Formats: sequence, structure tokens, C-alpha cells
Amino acid sequence: MLSYPMQAQAKQRASQRGSAATNVLLFLVTVIGTLLIAYVLVTMFGNKQAARTPFVRVAEVNELSTDPEPWGLNWPRQFDGWKATAGAQFDGGADAMPQSKLDTQPWLKRLYAGYAFSIDYREARGHAYMLYDQGVTERVTKKPQAGACLHCHSANSVMYRKAGLEALGQPADDAALAADFNMPAVIRGFQEVSKRPYADVLTLLYQAPDGTPNETTPVNPVAPYGGFAGEMAGQGVDPAHALIGEAHPVSCIDCHDPANMKLRVTRPGFVLGIAALAAGNAPVPHLPSIGQWRAGDRRVPYDPNALASRQEMRSFACGQCHVEYYCANKDTLEFPWSQGLRAEDLEAHWAAKTFPDGKPFYDYTHGETGAPVFKVQHPEFELWSQGIHAQSGVSCADCHMPYVREGAMKLSNHNVQTPLANINNACQQCHNVSEADLRIRVETIQSKTKALMERAGLAMTDMLDAILQARAAGATPEQLAPIFVLQRQAMWRLDYISSENSDGFHADQEAARLLGESIDLSRKATIAALRLRAPEAPSTTDLPVQPVIGVTPEKP
Amino acid sequence: MIRKLSLALVLMLGVMAGLGLFTFGYGDGTAYLKNDPAACANCHVMQPMYDSWVKSSHKDVATCNDCHLSHDPVGKWLVKGDNGFNHSLAFTTGKFHEPIQIKPRNRTVTQNACLFCHGDFVDHMRPAETGGDMLMCVHCHSDVGHAQR
Repeated sequence: MLSYPMQAQAKQRASQRGSAATNVLLFLVTVIGTLLIAYVLVTMFGNKQAARTPFVRVAEVNELSTDPEPWGLNWPRQFDGWKATAGAQFDGGADAMPQSKLDTQPWLKRLYAGYAFSIDYREARGHAYMLYDQGVTERVTKKPQAGACLHCHSANSVMYRKAGLEALGQPADDAALAADFNMPAVIRGFQEVSKRPYADVLTLLYQAPDGTPNETTPVNPVAPYGGFAGEMAGQGVDPAHALIGEAHPVSCIDCHDPANMKLRVTRPGFVLGIAALAAGNAPVPHLPSIGQWRAGDRRVPYDPNALASRQEMRSFACGQCHVEYYCANKDTLEFPWSQGLRAEDLEAHWAAKTFPDGKPFYDYTHGETGAPVFKVQHPEFELWSQGIHAQSGVSCADCHMPYVREGAMKLSNHNVQTPLANINNACQQCHNVSEADLRIRVETIQSKTKALMERAGLAMTDMLDAILQARAAGATPEQLAPIFVLQRQAMWRLDYISSENSDGFHADQEAARLLGESIDLSRKATIAALRLRAPEAPSTTDLPVQPVIGVTPEKP
Repeated sequence: MIRKLSLALVLMLGVMAGLGLFTFGYGDGTAYLKNDPAACANCHVMQPMYDSWVKSSHKDVATCNDCHLSHDPVGKWLVKGDNGFNHSLAFTTGKFHEPIQIKPRNRTVTQNACLFCHGDFVDHMRPAETGGDMLMCVHCHSDVGHAQR
């Protein structure tokens, strides 16, 4: 038993230990608390700053700046998205080429018989690859192609403006080129170079200033000259087509005004095509600014840059290239929209068109049957126009470049890609449905379309066989002429959906309608071709037939 | 010795309180105790919802709090505290589902808010027994408060 003073001492020590422990605990709580508060404060400050200055313009960009790199200094997030279209990293080389569609859908070889697409036709890659893949596709390295191809695969406005100013006899130095977009000069330049050979126009593209005269390393590698399998492969650059300077795939300047970042369209083909669409009578309820223009005096052609709403521009920017067009060397590149945006409107435009020499328009002579036929490019804009999303005011960018949040900032995702890669932001903004269910909805539409497409492909090859057999049996050109029209119509409708890149999703019912029509037309052509070899049909009037028996009793 | 340590601790507590108070003020913390819908767009995330509420059919009759807080005097502060903490945490860390989605318990709050005003009008559509299965009003009337989800 301790004496009283000793007891008091022990108590005091215990209480000192207790208070030391409390102090340590309080100290730790204070440290953690202060850390958390400072973290919240710094985050808040960062977000407030970002909300105040969404970008800082550290590099000057103007109408010369086809090179995206100075833009990337000002708008790094958008630039990162643009670069991300290459995937994790740019994947060049012959081994990295995407799957050939000719292998997965062998009927395509017969559909395109006699046309360069039967040589090399692959799955699409991201925007970053557009110029590279055009440089190595055997369609370009093995067949002579027109410079019109570069209308969509490159940042070409400066090259067009330069050629246009020169053709107009106006100064075309850097100062004149940087001064203003000058749509009339761009359109004139486009008309000047469109029919010239691809290699010539590519050389012009490299020579045109790109806003970075002292820098010639593009963001992504350049296609090897001559591709991987062409006759010029591995030969080195032809001195007549020296590539001096820098060329870029579609970049910032093609959709944005460098002065204020406003969305704009720059492609001459689109500007002329949409004006022709507006001047026609086809209903376009999903493009209200065209309706407003039609209600006016129509003295000046419809100008999307001046009249279209921001929401329309979010589709027009994509419609500059993701469309059907003529793109070869017999005439200037052209969008077939004068009669409307449906497949049969486009078909009617081509059927009514003649080449400058007065001969009827066609894309190629079919290699098996000899029928003059049309080739469909990739009518995404046109098919979208027939679908429920367009009718509901949903633009291309709403799904393919959905808004993303970065801190306090909201920006459209410049990694343009399939919405299936980003269902949260792309679909769930409107559709209050789980991600898994949305994916099933899309895949249901696409798998049904693909199944119907295979059926139409089979009907098309049966048709080709029947026509070949009719020819072998000695059918005359006069007898075959109406069958060739059916062949052209059947192939147009099948190609329309198989070349379009949504597997029917952009307008599912329209896609099914066109494939249904294609099957019908292929079978009609098949029957007509077989008839040429078949004996006359016997009369059916003497066959016993069960008479129609009504359920209503006869009147007595 | 102990006394000196305590003094340092008090100083640190003071610094934390000061920093906390400043942060609270810098983040416009008192706004969250009031009823002004602009406060809900303070941290940027709710801006689209706020923008479309301004043009909605309910803008003259219901603020954010009228639909998203309980009408019970105690429940109101519980819901406010729950959402206030979770929203701050989500936005500070940046970890949340995009587009933002309402939680089931908060959906119950909005359903009760619909019924708080429109209950008599839809009485015949309500379940016979308390807690029975009921379709949410916003299943169909999804954009009465704000169009953005």
C-alpha cells in the first residue's frame, strides 16, 4: 500500500501521460484536418480559375495554320483528343493495316468488279490515319487517282486558296493567304486542281504554307511513298513530285475559325452541295435554317456559315466528308444533293447527270456484266438525315464527340469515335437506360442489318451469275439494257448500306428498306435474265383453280 | 514543456480554423444554407440543370430545394447534409458517374416533393396501401424541373 503523497504522484504522472496522449491525437487530427481543408481549397481554386479562363491563347493561329501543333498549345485538351484518334499510339506499317473487308465479305469483290475497290478495301481507322491510309491503299498506289481525293483526306484550305488566287490572277503570297478564308478563291482552287493527278495535288499540298515554316515534323508519321505494294513501293520519292514541307490530315482549321473558334464548314464540295440541296424542293425538316432560307427571297445562295444554327453546324462539319460524292478525274468532285438526301434522290441526281463530254454519268463499268453502274462512297450524313436522331435534333457531334467534363470545364470530346466506346456520355445524356441495355439496343439493330446485308449480297451474286449466263446464251445488248438498269439500282442500294459506316444504326428502318429493295431488284434482274433463256410461259387459263368462296350467305 | 506543446497545438488549431473559415467563405459556403438555386450551380456541375430550370415550367413555383429536399423540418437538413457531403466529396475527387444520376433515396425525395403539391390531384393513381408500388412521376414527366439529366 503506497503512502498518500506517493499515490498523488502516481496519479499526477498518469494524468500527464493521459494528457500527452490526447495532445498527440489532437495533433494528428489537426494535421489531417488542415491537409484536407488545403486540398479542398486548392481544388476549388483550380476549378474557379479554369472556369474563368477556359483557355489561354499562347500561340497565334490564323488562316495559314493548317498545322494543328500551334493550336494544340492553346487548346491542349482538344488537341489531345485529336491525337487520340490514332489510338494509344500511331500504328503505321504494312502489318498494322486493318482487316480487309474483301476477305470478310467476299461478295464485295464481285460488287466492285472492274473498280479499284475490288483491289483493296479495309475497315476504317481513326481521323489520324486518313492521309496515311490514303497514301498506302492499293487503290491509290496501283491505279491512277484524281487529286479530288485530297478534298477530304487533308487540311487543304491553304492549298486551294493559293491555287484559286493564282488562277484569278491575284497575289498569293503568305500575307494574302493569311488575310482571310476567301471562300470564292478556295472554291476556284478546288475546281482548278480537282481533276489533276493525285501525286501532283499531294505535292501542291506539301508546298502550301501551314503556319509553321520552321517546323516540318508532322504529329504522326507520313505514308511511305508508293505505299507497301504499288509499283513505286520502296523506290523513293519521284523528283517530279518532291514532297517539300508538311501536309496534315484534317485538322483544327477545317472545322474552326482561327479568329474565334466558331464552328465552320470549309469544304467546297459541301458548300456547293448544301446550296444545291437548299435550292431544291426536297423536305429537310431536320435542317431548319434551310427552311428559313427557302422562305426568304433566295437571291443569295444558301450559306451554311452565315445561316446554320450551332446545332446544325455540329452535323455540317462532319457532313463535309462523311457523304456520297463523285470523286474521279472526269469531272470536278460533286455532292449529289440537288434532289434531296434520300438514296433514290442521290441516285436520280446521278442518273440525270452527264459528263462534260455529254455522255451519261457512271462511276465504273461492271467488270463481269459490262453494266455502267454507280459507286456509293460513305453516305453517313445522308442516312443519318433519314433517322430518328436527326428528326429529334440530335447532331453527329452529340454522339460521336459528346461533351466531357474536365474539372469545371465542359468540352466536346475531340477523339471522334464510335459512341459505343463512350455510352455514358454519348447515349445516357438522353436515354435513361443502363449501359448494357443501350449496347444491346444498338447491337440488335446492327446485327439485323448485317444479316439482311448478307442476304442482299447473295441475291446480288445470283443476279451476276444469271446475267453472265444470259450473255453466254447470246443475249443482245438491247435485251440486256433494262436488266443493266435493274443491276445498277440493286447494287446502288446494297452498296449504300454496306459502304455506310453505321451498319444501319443511323436510320435502321431506312437501311432495312434499301436492303429489301436491293434484294427485290436483284431477284427481278435475275428473273429477267433467266427469262431470256427460258421457253415462252404456257397459258394458265385452263388450270383448275379453287374458286373464291365467301363467308357471307348468298341472298335467296 | 507540456505547456509549450499545448500552445503549439492551440496555434495549429487556430490555423486550421482560419483556413477552414477562409475556405468556407471562398467556396461561398453560407449560400448552401439558403434557398437560392444559383448556389446549387456554384461548383459548376449543376450548371446545365440550373440553366434549363430557369426555362422550365416550374421555375416560378419551385426551387431546387423544393423538389430535392424533404418538406419535413428535420428531414430537410438531413437530406441537405447527406447531399452536401456527397456532392463535395464527388466533385473534389472528380470520381462520379457521367452524366450524373440521381440516387434511389434522392428519387424518393423528389417523388414525395411531386406529391407534396400535386398529391390531391393524383390521389386516385396512388397505391392503395402506404409503401405500395408506384410509378415515379418523372418517369414520364422527366423534364418538368429541368431538361438536363
